[in-house]
Amino acid sequence: MSKKVVVGMSGGVDSSVAAYLLKAQGYEVIGVTMEIWQKEPAGILEKEGGCCGLSAVEDAKRVAGILGIPHYVMNFRDIFQQKVIDYFVQEYQAGRTPNPCIACNRFVKWEALLRRSLEIGADYIATGHYACVKKLPNGRYAIARSKFDRKDQSYALYNLTQEQLSHTLMPAGEYEKEQIRCIAANQGLQVAHKPDSQDICFIPDNDYKRFLEEETGKKPCEGNFVDTSGNVIGKHSGITNYTIGQRKGLNLAFGYPVFVTELRPDTNEVVIGKAEDVYVDALEAVQLHCMAVEHFEEGQRMMAKIRYADKGQMCTIEKLEGDKVFIVFDQKVRAVTPGQAVVFYQENTVLGGGTIIRSC
Amino acid sequence: MDKLIYLDNAATTSLGQEVLDEMMPYLRENYSNPSSVYDFAQKSKKAVEDARGIIAAALGAKDREIYFTGGGSESDNWALKGAAAALEEKGKHIITSKIEHHAVLHTCEYLERQGYEVTYLDVDENGLVSPEAVEAAIRPDTILISIMFANNEIGTIEPIEKIGEAAARHGVLFHTDAVQAFGHIPIDVEKMHIDLLSASGHKFHGPKGIGFLYIKDGVKLDSLIHGGAQERSRRAGTHNVPGIVGIGAAVQSAMQKMQANTEKEKAIRDYAIDRILKEVPYARLNGDRTERLPNNINICFRFIEGESMLIMLDQRGICASSGSACTSGSLDPSHVLLAIGLPHEIAHGSLRMTLSGETTKEDMDYVVDSIKQIVERLRSMSPLYEDFVKSNKEQ
Repeated sequence: MSKKVVVGMSGGVDSSVAAYLLKAQGYEVIGVTMEIWQKEPAGILEKEGGCCGLSAVEDAKRVAGILGIPHYVMNFRDIFQQKVIDYFVQEYQAGRTPNPCIACNRFVKWEALLRRSLEIGADYIATGHYACVKKLPNGRYAIARSKFDRKDQSYALYNLTQEQLSHTLMPAGEYEKEQIRCIAANQGLQVAHKPDSQDICFIPDNDYKRFLEEETGKKPCEGNFVDTSGNVIGKHSGITNYTIGQRKGLNLAFGYPVFVTELRPDTNEVVIGKAEDVYVDALEAVQLHCMAVEHFEEGQRMMAKIRYADKGQMCTIEKLEGDKVFIVFDQKVRAVTPGQAVVFYQENTVLGGGTIIRSC
Repeated sequence: MDKLIYLDNAATTSLGQEVLDEMMPYLRENYSNPSSVYDFAQKSKKAVEDARGIIAAALGAKDREIYFTGGGSESDNWALKGAAAALEEKGKHIITSKIEHHAVLHTCEYLERQGYEVTYLDVDENGLVSPEAVEAAIRPDTILISIMFANNEIGTIEPIEKIGEAAARHGVLFHTDAVQAFGHIPIDVEKMHIDLLSASGHKFHGPKGIGFLYIKDGVKLDSLIHGGAQERSRRAGTHNVPGIVGIGAAVQSAMQKMQANTEKEKAIRDYAIDRILKEVPYARLNGDRTERLPNNINICFRFIEGESMLIMLDQRGICASSGSACTSGSLDPSHVLLAIGLPHEIAHGSLRMTLSGETTKEDMDYVVDSIKQIVERLRSMSPLYEDFVKSNKEQ
């Protein structure tokens, strides 16, 4: 009997083609759209390209109809609220910059959806991520970069567990975006030219400051801008409005460009520095997760990405302490941001990663 | 999948063959607009009035009290918004229950935003609305009471006659959403003191997109759909002649078969309920055991997700649902199950099966056997069940 796979279908082109590819490879494919959006008032126009919302369900159902596969909607609202939205809000309030996609992948897609899929008799779950799953000679599973670097999404998948990876397929990782659109068009899928989803799916207008205010029910607290020596140099509108490395919107005039270098939630201060202050040599990360390797070692050399769009920089593990890691970069890196992930690679393979807590 | 076992007749039903046969001429040769002057329009006109007569007779109403609409939701919207607008002078208070269909609840919420005040009555653990509670909620400014005839999720039949009496005693307009009841159980608008009643054709083997609102003679109601002079100038829009012919034929058929179908469905329903409650541990029947639609089964299985069960039943060719099909197809804890006092996590694990006259005992044996296997599998994978078993052992 052919293996059963649940494909998480967002209604977008990538997951639609993933479903098609798996069916063509002989899998028994079941399409599932995850209902994660919270109640939206009737009459709100949905932005095209988002992965949430009722129109996503309709698009996914149409694609499933064309492919001739069953399609279901599964409700993950509660877990999404708890593991993604609440986390997102708490991180901002703690002066960090969260990555909600990583949290969603780890706890919603690869925990809740996977469990539900195994329940209904599936062997695997699959998504339209531009990344590959491979089994290594050492017997471990790992995420590898997409064959085509431009769209690579391996960064946001670094903390999947071995158990989760053993039940995961990612067929889109073998292709380039243009090829995926081509396949969709050839199969008559109406989503072939749907715009890419952008930004944060649960904040369709991309105004995260408004979203935070609505979620918490309060305005951010004003506080002081301070320079790197601690002198007060102005008033800020609330630390949740700033990220490390930010230059625009500070409303400070010094005759040279200034940047946010640190957020201090305890004292409600935003630290301002010069361009060079945004560059650091080292960082500390926690919740170290091992993927391709069973464990990391002090002195280990590898490539590290400190944000999704980062090209990556060689670094060395200086110190390991439980699930804490301290790494030093070969060359200074810009805007190390607490709350973001640092992901380690060996060539194309994800070795693991952790959550940045501070730059050093 | 060899056979499809369709157990979602509360969502919609198959179109009766005899209904389709009656409709066919009005889809092809008699396509005239009944409002037109020429003789060709006469056949359509007569067909519309014949259907109206059949429906009126089924309710104990007069022909002119039946107004065709686009379906149950439109009828509910019309009744509520129309009464609210027409009676604004008298007051702005409406009484309804917490377990109404969303066509009523969301309309009430809309009216609240327009400045009306709505009392949402609680129900008991079986989903019954108390006529005394209805009466107690009536105020001088109450303009409308809207209580459903039978609940779409748990099948509970409300004490409509008693509620109608209470409404009549206080001179308050009484609307009932009878979408799940009409065509399935006897209704007499006169005896039950009903002023407004909503129904929908596709719930009893008629076509989709056609329904009606019964408006008792003399009841003031603003129009919802404005335009031409159809339906005595109260509901505009070219008559959906094939739909109207279809709903008429479906009512005729439903009334003829009602007694026989009720007996048959009740026997199979009770057989299936008994088997499930006996053979599946930690299962609970929702809704009243006797004041219940003949075709409704609604059961909660603890420690499992209703969603997974529905998918696994589907994989075996069994169409069932959880609560209502009127959302995006996904499961939120049902407002009805929450209203009868079920905790959030149990309200997630409910299964609704609604039979038709064609459902057989053999069908239900296959379904119950499938449910047993599915529940066992899901519980074997459920962390909740594992915890429960552990804590039981410790005690």
